[in-house]
Amino acid sequence: MLNEVGWLALLIGFGLSLYASGAAAWGGWKGQSRWVASARNAACLVFPVLTVSVLALVAALLRLDFRLAYVADVSSQAMSPFLRATALWGGQQGSILFWGWLMAGFVGAVLVRPWRSDRELFPWVIAIAMLTTAFFVSLAVFITNPFERYWLVPGAQELTRALSAPPGAMPYVPAEGDGLNPLLRHFGMIGHPPTTYLGFTGFVIPYAFAMAALITGKGREDGWIRATRRWTLVAWMFLSVGLILGGRWAYDVLGWGGFWGWDPVENAMLMPWLTGTAFLHSVMITEKRGMLKVWNMILIILTYALSLFGTFITRTGVIGSVHAFAKSALGPAFFIFIGLTFLGSMSLLFRRLPDLRTEHELEGVVSRETAFLLQNLFFLAITFAVFWGTVFPMISELVTGTKITVGPPYFKQVAGPLFFALLVLMGLTPLLAWRRHGLHSLARTAAPIVAVSLVLAAGWAYVHRLHPAAWAALWLVAFAAVAVLAEFVKGVRARMETRREMALIALARLFARNRRRYGGYVVHLGVLMIALAFVGDTYFKQETQGSLQVGEELAIGGYRLVFEDLRTYAGSDGRDIVEARASLYRGSKFVAALAPRRDFFVVQEQPVTVPAVYSTPGEDVYVMLVGWEEIGYGSTTFKIYLNPFINWAWLGGVAIVLGVLLSAFPGSRAYAEVSYELRPRRLDSAEPAGESA
Amino acid sequence: MRRRIWLWVLLPLGLALVLVVAAEAQGEAPTDDQVNAIAKKLYCPVCPNTPLDVCATKACQDWRAQIRDQLAAGWSEPQIIDYFVAQYGERVLAEPERSGFTSLVWILPMIAAGVGLVGFVEVVRQWKRRRAAAGPPSMFAASPAAAVDPETLARIEGELEKMA
Amino acid sequence: MSESSDRMSPPPPGRARVRFGRPVAYGLVLGLLALLAWGLVQADSGPRASGPAPDFTLTDFDGRTMTLRSLRGQVVVVNFWASWCPPCREEAAYLEKTWRTYQDRGVVFIGVDWVDTEKEALAYIDEFDITYLNGPDVGTRIATAYRIQGVPETFFIDKAGQLRGVHIGPLYPPELDERIDELLAEPRSTPSS
Repeated sequence: MLNEVGWLALLIGFGLSLYASGAAAWGGWKGQSRWVASARNAACLVFPVLTVSVLALVAALLRLDFRLAYVADVSSQAMSPFLRATALWGGQQGSILFWGWLMAGFVGAVLVRPWRSDRELFPWVIAIAMLTTAFFVSLAVFITNPFERYWLVPGAQELTRALSAPPGAMPYVPAEGDGLNPLLRHFGMIGHPPTTYLGFTGFVIPYAFAMAALITGKGREDGWIRATRRWTLVAWMFLSVGLILGGRWAYDVLGWGGFWGWDPVENAMLMPWLTGTAFLHSVMITEKRGMLKVWNMILIILTYALSLFGTFITRTGVIGSVHAFAKSALGPAFFIFIGLTFLGSMSLLFRRLPDLRTEHELEGVVSRETAFLLQNLFFLAITFAVFWGTVFPMISELVTGTKITVGPPYFKQVAGPLFFALLVLMGLTPLLAWRRHGLHSLARTAAPIVAVSLVLAAGWAYVHRLHPAAWAALWLVAFAAVAVLAEFVKGVRARMETRREMALIALARLFARNRRRYGGYVVHLGVLMIALAFVGDTYFKQETQGSLQVGEELAIGGYRLVFEDLRTYAGSDGRDIVEARASLYRGSKFVAALAPRRDFFVVQEQPVTVPAVYSTPGEDVYVMLVGWEEIGYGSTTFKIYLNPFINWAWLGGVAIVLGVLLSAFPGSRAYAEVSYELRPRRLDSAEPAGESA
Repeated sequence: MRRRIWLWVLLPLGLALVLVVAAEAQGEAPTDDQVNAIAKKLYCPVCPNTPLDVCATKACQDWRAQIRDQLAAGWSEPQIIDYFVAQYGERVLAEPERSGFTSLVWILPMIAAGVGLVGFVEVVRQWKRRRAAAGPPSMFAASPAAAVDPETLARIEGELEKMA
Repeated sequence: MSESSDRMSPPPPGRARVRFGRPVAYGLVLGLLALLAWGLVQADSGPRASGPAPDFTLTDFDGRTMTLRSLRGQVVVVNFWASWCPPCREEAAYLEKTWRTYQDRGVVFIGVDWVDTEKEALAYIDEFDITYLNGPDVGTRIATAYRIQGVPETFFIDKAGQLRGVHIGPLYPPELDERIDELLAEPRSTPSS
């Protein structure tokens, strides 16, 4: 009964979103606001209706209703209720429904607020956002429906999946489900897909606004940017968190001691993040100087298109990956939608190109505007490099017939230098003035920062012998970090001098009055922490592997691992566990007791390596059990990774979230920021250089 | 006579050195780390996007064992890698080759960088050109911006912002 | 991106860039879409199951070389396997037994060892006492030509050198015997080639 309700709700949700899209477009075109109002109501209803559907599916999962094929696929009796609930997004069908539900939620949240400004954009925002929602919900309705059942068709060798009985078929209800893939049973499963999907779907909002601006001819104004600033920030934050959680998950579960493998699915998530970050920065220039408008359009179209592309290659298996879902029939539908989106957005942009001329001019080559232009270029270059490396194996196979692998060495060599260039920009740009700065004054302001960071990096190099590239990498990170911190110091000092406040109060008020700017700096610090973790992973990582008898030890970088014991036992969740006990020493001091193990999930016949990790702020000692011979005889093989700085990645994630919350949190009117515009007074219009909230 | 002494000293020394080196090369079994150092540069021919030193399947264990045997037989790293490529195809390399069709994967980013640089220069020039086209700077000459040096201007802007 | 420079310059040289930029941009996007379409088709297509069987040269573990073409006139069963593949072990004994039954009746069995190590492959052959021709697929060329998706897969080639089907997964009695009997019963040169 509940399943039928869920299925019905899904259908209704689809109908509503389709109606909302059409009605809004019609109302917008004909200028009839009652159609638009009706569309808005329909759009706001989609989320509650889909919630019913989602709840029905979760209920089926919780009570292990194996009548539904999806429940039988992703859950089993051995799974805890918590895990069963998260299995909602554990398989293809459920995750599509989940995606559509989240998107409807975002759109609903945007539309539910009373809309006072930029009203012309409104109908088109609804039309486009609802069209996308309708697409994803239609995938769930027609192609990968989570409410399908298994049927036994007489004479067929395999079970059939369908919503209603094929002629002559009997319903098939398995006694036990397959259970979630063991690799998915980790807390990362709770966090990674939801935040990733929130990030992807969140970018629909600025995209819809941008397209609405183009359609209505309002592209030259920045109303659409101001309206969507917070939504863009929130979507970006979720995407960043999703990336970091994904990395953490891979680190904990996949057992190769790293958190970023340049796998096609990982790249698919990175690309919209790159263009999204560039977009976030680029719109600042448009708000302040009315420049880079075409760039903003290109970047938001790319961000949205790359999100679609990313989910396309993840779900259709077009590019092989360890992360991909099982193959499904989604391919052609996605392909058509992507094609329409790309081509439609492009033609809109080309049509409105004359509207998007830059408003202001430049006096000096070295200025904040050119720095922002450069950052757009660098981000775009990295995106292209990652895209090319991800897609090239397909091209190679098409043209020459041979498959090749484009692995981390390629990405590190091609994208690495570009990332470093971005770090330099990150440090220099806050020092640059608008319009024109000049190389000399830049050198003067930057000199102390360069000096301090050089000293820091040289100090580190003295303590540890360093490869030149490693030293340069560390110095760049230090440079950018010192530059950001210098901004804080400058601001606090200025307040202390002009207002005679004490340092801490000055700092707090600094944040309160300039949320956007200093929140942004906190985000930058978070990004730098992650950069530090990457530098550690690329240049300072050590590893060793060896076979030990009981009592023997394996040494790495100042640590010693002494093997003590090996035992097997049956664990919860249907697994057999082989566990090794070892002690970690630093020099002669005992540091930690570690228990790396190998779990074997009997039903799925899948082994999972669970590492034992000793974490400090400076490094992780990551120990894995690689092999063993019969208990009591022979030797046990351990692999140890020494991962310096890796915990800074997770810390950086926290800093990013803090920074975004600071930056995006609605402030009270009294502290509303004033965007200080440098527009010179124009004699032809009475436009004052003034405030924009 | 002197020459003879040197010969009698050098020859045995040289021989001993050669023997020691030969013994070094063959005496020890390859360590796991040596095997992994080579396996790191290869990808599992069967599993998607999994480096050979990390992959836990039986097939990968066999391949690592093969690398170990080859190392023990005295093969050099390039020899082992070439063998893997010949046996299992180009997909086994982690880093794409820089020759043949595959070289395109390296070349295109460089071309793109070049195009980007040209584009950047063009855009900045356009921005400056527009400024020149917008008219003589007479009405701007009076603005304080031109009279004050940029560093001070930046500081003033910064402090004004904070006081807003 | 030359886009941003176009709309800023009133004089004609800018307009030329717009005309140039538009077809390039569309061309790139259409190219990408074509690539994705091809990728989709590829991902959906299975192993080669019909048409002329791609010719190949196989050097077996004893060093003898043979080509598929030389077997024209006989029924050929090409089995892809690997020593690390558990389902391959399930069919190994059955394959060998069937080979011994049919080997003098104009049927040839060929085992293609896919991405395997020689040591383990020879051990596997020893274990199941396989007597038909087996050789490594050097550079995975044969596997690529037949578009296999995994192992074990068995391809059936008739007397005229045409591919007559593929069996994915291990073979169990009496499937193999039935297939061979079917192909043996055909006349030597079938008009379908």
